[in-house]
Amino acid sequence: MTANYQLNHLRELESESIFVLREVAAQFENPVLLFSGGKDSILMVHLAVKAFYPAKIPFTLLHVDTGHNFQETIDYRDQLVERIGAKLIVGSVQEAIDSGMVREETGYNATRNYLQTAVLLDSLEKGKYDAALGGGRRDEEKARAKERFFSHRDEFGQWDPKNQRPELWNLFNGRKQYGEHFRVFPISNWTELDVWQYLAVEEVELPNLYFAHERKVFRRDGMLLAESEHLPRRPEEKLERMTVRCRTIGDITCTGVWESSAATLEDIIAEVSMARQTERGGRADDKRSETAMEDRKKQGYF
Amino acid sequence: MVNSLAHTELLRFTTAGSVDDGKSTLIGRLLYDSKSIFEDQYEAISQTSAKRGEEGVNLALLTDGLKAEREQGITIDVAYRYFATPKRKFIIADTPGHIQYTRNMVTGASTANVALILIDARKGVVEQTRRHAFIASLLQIPHLIVCINKMDLVDFSEEAYNKIKDDFSGFSHRLDVKDVEFIPMSALLGDNVVDRSSNMDWYGGSTLLYALENVHIGSDNNFIDCRLPVQTVIRPYSDAYHDYRGYAGRIAGGVFKKGDKITVLPSGFTSTIAKIDTYDGELEEAFPPMSVTLLLEDEIDISRGDMIVRENNQPDVSQDIEVMLCWFNERPLQPRGKYAIMHTTQEARCIIKDVRYRLDINTLHRDEENKEVRMNDICRVLLRTTAPLLTDPYRKNRITGSVILVDEQTNETVAAGMVI
Repeated sequence: MTANYQLNHLRELESESIFVLREVAAQFENPVLLFSGGKDSILMVHLAVKAFYPAKIPFTLLHVDTGHNFQETIDYRDQLVERIGAKLIVGSVQEAIDSGMVREETGYNATRNYLQTAVLLDSLEKGKYDAALGGGRRDEEKARAKERFFSHRDEFGQWDPKNQRPELWNLFNGRKQYGEHFRVFPISNWTELDVWQYLAVEEVELPNLYFAHERKVFRRDGMLLAESEHLPRRPEEKLERMTVRCRTIGDITCTGVWESSAATLEDIIAEVSMARQTERGGRADDKRSETAMEDRKKQGYF
Repeated sequence: MVNSLAHTELLRFTTAGSVDDGKSTLIGRLLYDSKSIFEDQYEAISQTSAKRGEEGVNLALLTDGLKAEREQGITIDVAYRYFATPKRKFIIADTPGHIQYTRNMVTGASTANVALILIDARKGVVEQTRRHAFIASLLQIPHLIVCINKMDLVDFSEEAYNKIKDDFSGFSHRLDVKDVEFIPMSALLGDNVVDRSSNMDWYGGSTLLYALENVHIGSDNNFIDCRLPVQTVIRPYSDAYHDYRGYAGRIAGGVFKKGDKITVLPSGFTSTIAKIDTYDGELEEAFPPMSVTLLLEDEIDISRGDMIVRENNQPDVSQDIEVMLCWFNERPLQPRGKYAIMHTTQEARCIIKDVRYRLDINTLHRDEENKEVRMNDICRVLLRTTAPLLTDPYRKNRITGSVILVDEQTNETVAAGMVI
């Protein structure tokens, strides 16, 4: 009798994530969903829509905008927000630079990625958000492998890896002191391949950047980077026209692109199943040191 | 392609053991031989191995996590790892094995279908083995796989294997474990992890990966006793769904069908399931661990923390609850102390009315004299709650039978409990 009562791994992951999203809506007063325009946050929005159907999602979307985006990301974001009728807040790194809250890096490897943390914390404080939903996954990076679904942060937004609450069964403890908040990661247990398979099964529309397209690129430190006015090139870095796609989408200054001919989700799944490099292998922000992610998380990065 | 990949099942397993047992090497081996390691990861650990002056590539480094841990060469916490084969997707809860980490083992074990217990073939069954087996049985992990590792260091001896098997069975029959399998292996050399060993022809059983891919997990959930703890009530307040009132939650037990007569607890009101709703359309039936929304024929007052059950199959409704507790916090248990208690989607307060005994997890001795409960201790207690909880024995249902206690000042999770 029980033979039929078995979910496949994608449906089980989906159910787990929906459970977590509903717990957040129930346990917190003012949750916000961090939306970057990347596939993981697109997945998060899709799951949130499912979790509260036919009601609207009970989360505001927060985009921490470095000002160095792929234009496709912004267009996609605006269409999505309109379609699901959600409220969008944009935390601007440019404004934070202009107001002197943060200082911009200079040089060839300058990126605004690190400035995001200050703007994120500032936006959370201004909006009085008590929980921030993020699309982080444990398979992404070794510091994330130890992350909880409900990750407690002190009033400075810091992560203390030695002082995380044990998480058992499906009991999530979201109790906190005034001024503290939580980061919540509903898709903790998904891998890159799971995400792609699920997006394909669900036929979720994605930004074109994820599919193979022609673009002017150049090589740096073994990575391919897209040409952009925000990304100064060294004299020896020559532009080439290549067929590429993004495996992750972040700030344009640190998101590597990959040579690829994958034009459909099926192609991408085939490519990801065969991939011999982790997706964050194309992220310059992780390459700064062996513990780059751990250090950033301690400071309040999501 | 998408469809063939979408038929894999999810299996969660926990590995308890210390670095000395070769646990990290075993996990590294599983990941490496199942081709779940990426080139950049492999390159990073090759470099680190060379930097440390080690011979060859140390696969154990794959499971190294935080800076603090690498500096001290220890694991401080549960780390989750992922790999997949065409048959199954695996989630490993990798936990440190020393006694001071009992709480981490309990955490990792709480959601596992399978527990791997590592034994060093040279040392045989030791105190730590017994502790791990006990925790696996306490947490009701349905399947145990005993990995008798480092067989290469005992000349792949069948005798050594049989001795350990007998020793283990000698005490495990006193525990509540149903399904145990023994596999002789060498994680370092790769024997019987993913590939069959050519050094142990006397062994007719399966490799570890084969066992993980084929262990029957279809009946690990409870499909008998219908339980839906209500998480949240969905009310769209839109013109199209004006009167919509859906009770959202994840099925914790049993199979709910459209048209079923149900009872809502604790109120005791009854109704009939009008619709099992999801974003993808209506369902005829729903079973664990699905997240669904139930709509009822009658308008009754239901809110978060209530439980929807079948009329003729109900959980215990009580304010006095006997539980086995594992203490997690540096501050010891306060006898007659008050704590917040979380159970399914319900929250209440409780007082620890009595500590029945403290359990020595190495000898299973019940200490009724010294009942001071400190971090990593396991004890049996009687709780009195401010509101009735809707519980099943943990043996029957791991979801409706589990609770956590929370310190009301610090908000830390201080204990995990299993209803007896």
